[in-house]
Amino acid sequence: MSTRIGVITFPGTLDDVDASRAVRYAGAEPVALWHGDHDLRGVDAVVVPGGFSYGDYLRAGAIASLAPIMREVVEGAAKGLPVLGICNGFQILCEAGLLPGALTRNEKLHFVCRDQKLRVENADTAWTSGFVPGEEILVPVKNAEGRFVAAPDTLKALEAEGRVVFRYVGGNPNGSVADIAGVASESGRVVGLMPHPEHAIDLLTGPSEQGLGLFTSVLGTLAGAPAA
Amino acid sequence: MARVVVDVMPKPEILDVQGQAVSRALTRIGVAGIEVRQGKHFELEVDDSVDDETLHRIAADLLANPVIEDWTVTRV
Repeated sequence: MSTRIGVITFPGTLDDVDASRAVRYAGAEPVALWHGDHDLRGVDAVVVPGGFSYGDYLRAGAIASLAPIMREVVEGAAKGLPVLGICNGFQILCEAGLLPGALTRNEKLHFVCRDQKLRVENADTAWTSGFVPGEEILVPVKNAEGRFVAAPDTLKALEAEGRVVFRYVGGNPNGSVADIAGVASESGRVVGLMPHPEHAIDLLTGPSEQGLGLFTSVLGTLAGAPAA
Repeated sequence: MARVVVDVMPKPEILDVQGQAVSRALTRIGVAGIEVRQGKHFELEVDDSVDDETLHRIAADLLANPVIEDWTVTRV
């Protein structure tokens, strides 16, 4: 039986179709999850995709973090369920308390949309185990609220524990502290990043195929570990 | 029913790029010497049964993000 990876759709989600496509390209079965359901449908991992859930009302990700499906994701993550948050999904995971820090308005206030080089700083997480530490990948970034911030103590801990997973290379698009593009939970099972690996899975539609590595990594992680 | 105001502001150490943009726009209408920080103002109509502890909890858990924002709760 193939690995089943859930992709959540909130009102205002944009990238659930591309995220499902990336899951399929990686060789897993995408499972559509609905924001209003209290049901993870028995999936082996979850992707929280990008977009503008609930119109970014209040704060980006704030309302979505309290949706019924997120209660299930928070509970699942506590038991080791791998969770990946991309862009708005990263914002949602921060608001839900699964990842540290917060995403704020870009330094120059612009919506930035470009292909962005990233360095994989930690290749031991559930979503990066297929990369080589220090590997550089090219994936699109597109957001207006991607400036990662965290309290000084939190930052120090993130750096010391190797929980900065991705860093911007060749120019910081949004003023994120320490060029941080993505971080992981303490366990390394929950990862969030602002850029969009699901848009870089083939050369027809993206700048590289390197984004697929996150999705194949989690399959490797799940294959190597007993089922939760 | 009581009326409660919750004001939410970016923490002093957080770069407030929106406030900065407003400050710059002020110079374009000929006003100098003003620095703006931008936050949010919530007006709540609150049932008498809701106590202060609950009000502070909703401010911390939903209306503000404690990582980047400070807040005040005022009964008016």
